[in-house]
Amino acid sequence: MELLDPLPTVETARKLGVLPDEFDRIVTILGRQPNFTELSIFSVMWSEHCSYKNSIIWLKTLPRDSDRMLAKAGEENAGLVDIGDGLACSFKIESHNHPSALEPYQGAATGVGGINRDIFTMGARPIAQLNSLRFGDLSLPKTRRLLRGVTKGIGDYGNAFGIPTVGGEIYFDECYNTNPLVNAFSAGIVEIGKVAKATSYGVGNPVFIVGSATGKDGIHGATFASEDISAASTDKLPAVQVGDPFMEKLLLEATLEIIATGYVIGIQDMGAAGIICSTSEMSAKGEHGMVIDLDKVPTRQPNMAPFEILLSESQERMLVVIEKGKEGIIQGIFDKWDLHCAQIGEVTAAPADGMGRLHFYRYGQLVADVPAHDLVLGGGAPQYRRDYKEPAYIKEFAKFRINTVPDVTPADLGDVARHLLSHPNICSRRWVYEQYDSMVGTANRSTNAPSDAAVVRVKGAGIPKTDKSIVITVDCNSRYVNANPFTGAQIAVAEAARNIVCTGGEPLAVTNNLNFGNPYVPEVYWHFVEAVKGMGEACARFATPVTGGNVSFYNQSSDDGPVFPTPTIGMLGLMENPDNRMTLNFQNEGDTIYLIGSPQNDVASSEYLYSYRKVKASPAPAFDMEQELAVQTIVKQLITKKLIRSAHDISDGGLFVAVAESAMAGGRGFAINTDGEYRRDAYLFGESQSRVIVSVSAEQQAGFEQFMQKAHVSYSQIGSVTASDYVVDGQVVIASDTATSLYNNALGEIMA
Amino acid sequence: MTLYTYDFSTYDYYLCPMKVGVVVFPGSNCDQDAVDAFESFDLSVVKLWHKDHDLQGCDLVVLPGGFSYGDYLRTGAVARFSPIMTEVIAHANRGGYLMGICNGFQILAEAQLVPGVLLRNTSQQYVCKNIYLKPQSTSALLTAGLDHDRAYKIPIAHGDGCYFANNEALARLNDNDQVLFRYCDEAGNSTDAANPNGSLDNIAGVCNDRRNVFGMMPHPERAADAALGNTDGRYILEQLLTAVLA
Repeated sequence: MELLDPLPTVETARKLGVLPDEFDRIVTILGRQPNFTELSIFSVMWSEHCSYKNSIIWLKTLPRDSDRMLAKAGEENAGLVDIGDGLACSFKIESHNHPSALEPYQGAATGVGGINRDIFTMGARPIAQLNSLRFGDLSLPKTRRLLRGVTKGIGDYGNAFGIPTVGGEIYFDECYNTNPLVNAFSAGIVEIGKVAKATSYGVGNPVFIVGSATGKDGIHGATFASEDISAASTDKLPAVQVGDPFMEKLLLEATLEIIATGYVIGIQDMGAAGIICSTSEMSAKGEHGMVIDLDKVPTRQPNMAPFEILLSESQERMLVVIEKGKEGIIQGIFDKWDLHCAQIGEVTAAPADGMGRLHFYRYGQLVADVPAHDLVLGGGAPQYRRDYKEPAYIKEFAKFRINTVPDVTPADLGDVARHLLSHPNICSRRWVYEQYDSMVGTANRSTNAPSDAAVVRVKGAGIPKTDKSIVITVDCNSRYVNANPFTGAQIAVAEAARNIVCTGGEPLAVTNNLNFGNPYVPEVYWHFVEAVKGMGEACARFATPVTGGNVSFYNQSSDDGPVFPTPTIGMLGLMENPDNRMTLNFQNEGDTIYLIGSPQNDVASSEYLYSYRKVKASPAPAFDMEQELAVQTIVKQLITKKLIRSAHDISDGGLFVAVAESAMAGGRGFAINTDGEYRRDAYLFGESQSRVIVSVSAEQQAGFEQFMQKAHVSYSQIGSVTASDYVVDGQVVIASDTATSLYNNALGEIMA
Repeated sequence: MTLYTYDFSTYDYYLCPMKVGVVVFPGSNCDQDAVDAFESFDLSVVKLWHKDHDLQGCDLVVLPGGFSYGDYLRTGAVARFSPIMTEVIAHANRGGYLMGICNGFQILAEAQLVPGVLLRNTSQQYVCKNIYLKPQSTSALLTAGLDHDRAYKIPIAHGDGCYFANNEALARLNDNDQVLFRYCDEAGNSTDAANPNGSLDNIAGVCNDRRNVFGMMPHPERAADAALGNTDGRYILEQLLTAVLA
């Protein structure tokens, strides 16, 4: 044992982010004082990022099961959902917020790399990516630098890796000035029965490290992600990893090839906490131990300390345990792809209790001896129940009454229309998405047919042929969540499901990325608890279990406080029959436009109220779960019965923006009428939920009316599709060319 | 429909099914898309591994899109030295058909199998979107049979697609009818606004003077499937097959 240096103290532990109680617990587990290497091991494995210590108790309350669930949350690197025909979809979302705040390009790039490794380490070939981004006030040069860097990072990595980025969402609010959010989503396809596991067993089986060499980048990255951002954070730049998408592409192909041999016992990618995380999680799961010779790990620089090798978050690496005797076959595949492949140890026996130990050697000396089980989530890692308290502002927000703001007059409409269509939260994201390869793989069915969610054919090298498509989306309006975390999180789930339904898909399952501030602040923790409760209830009602995801706390700075609570929902849907595809674009002049769902006298938390009327304090928009379910059921039936030509859900910017988006996508105009029973601003710009805009051709109209009269959902004919111009109550609000130009170019002009 | 071609490699004039080979470099990521597109014409298609020295008797060799060798150093600069390029270059020198799409075009330019070079887009940004192309050459196999009054909608996806050649080379390209495509708007006008990357004279693709090596930045293989709502690329790929019959 390494005893040359004095043993670390509680004070050292504190510097590594280990609490005094936790230090005592480590001493109890080991039966002695830990050395520095061991303390480092515990500090990263028990960091929030790896152990979910402050969230796991609440995460366990989320619904996690359905008939289609092949791997439940936490069992594997990503959720696994049966999509029929012997295929499964593996999908997950993960944050890279803290690295992106300091180094947006590499932070975002490695976020993309990490989430894709989670997918292909299961043997699934990634087929589509999404991302969910939050930035601060776009008028600040710093925000534009972050947006530029993150976009380029996602693009450069994803484009070279060769998996299309098919959708996403971006919001801007000053609460994200210091802490941007970068959440990356990936979905892949694997044949059921060929899924690789993150496990390790079989005494004497060799343990390999494959892919990139190990460097000093990202050391204590997991600990870093578990702290508030401060001025001192830039001192932690080495905690940001550097990505190499070329290496990732080679690693993808080589990994799928070795898994296909059938000789892989277990495999896990190395992301947060590097080698120590993979060795401990795989060993704990397989109830075995490992002996690892750190001298055999290919490194980028000489003389790396044991803790540096163990904790390094160098990208594009995997830990693989294979059947003894098959070393040559695996080596051959990695040679073919010109990748490192080094045997660094072997699997060892565990005592009868299954608690295997990890022994790490450096220069022939045992430098760490730790029990795998005690390091990991679900094992010995601590779990905390934090105090929480409703923040005072919530009651203030609830006091908002609509009559405190004036309604818009017909003369105002043009001004509001221009404001909303060019607002960074609503305008076209083409400046961003055109920097992403959205078409590689020839599977993206949304390129030439826009819809609320992305439709991606289940297709790729090695994937058996099928007609099915996955339908995927990421959603979260964090302003709603901030106003009411329970309802706001429900709305995030509802909107994701609505987007999938409006596209012709069937919602199946959810992955979540829970972005919050410091969990030790009771008001922040209340956001978290309420959001998880709301999300859980909504996921249960939509029969979309949560298959896994990621918690990112500490999105908070000393200057700006916490970000809006942002529980991003990534939802997976399935389209069995390609004929059920529905798009959002208006088709022909003369088609009738209908609103499905009820208007409300509600402008709460709308973009209109927030940025046009500049009223920041209001509750979440009106939401009724029963109404939502009823509307979605009707829209599904309208699509399968072929009674509508387009469907687009009403979200940011309200009914007017939804109709305008359908018109722009179809190169058409519209003429609609408001309803005298509602305030004009609420009718046109309110963001009350559970509403969908559909268009109906003359041939469909009789059938549509007949069907809707029997449906127990309110609907109203609001106007018709025209050649050009956006007309409300007989008055031209904005010319279609002007609207399209504003909408398409607003973001590009700001970024120019 | 099965298409047939003469097997030039042996100069035996018997009919044999045309065979397409798609080279896979490390970092290629449009190889499978090219395979899928050519297979949809009922052709025999094989992948050719970059470390091999055997074209497996392919009549048409395709260098696909992607980021070969990570495009580190310079796009296509490393891939041109891949082992299989010896045989690919020999194939072209024999008069065999060779097509480079996107990164494949960049490799052809680096290997000097087609004139000109591909620079960073003038926007300094990667760009992926549908653009329009107008066929130019009336003598090259790839474009002679296309409708020269039509704008074809084809996707692009590249960061280094700005075509450049010096004045002398440009004059030769034009005089010798070697420009395959120019970027244009939906109406077919080759305007500055329709030029997505700053390419010289809106040039989107060129061929060599012998007219058997074709390079283009846009991706016809990404517009070759009705399920994706755009089949303009099929017309372009089809030229390679039908024209060989003549």
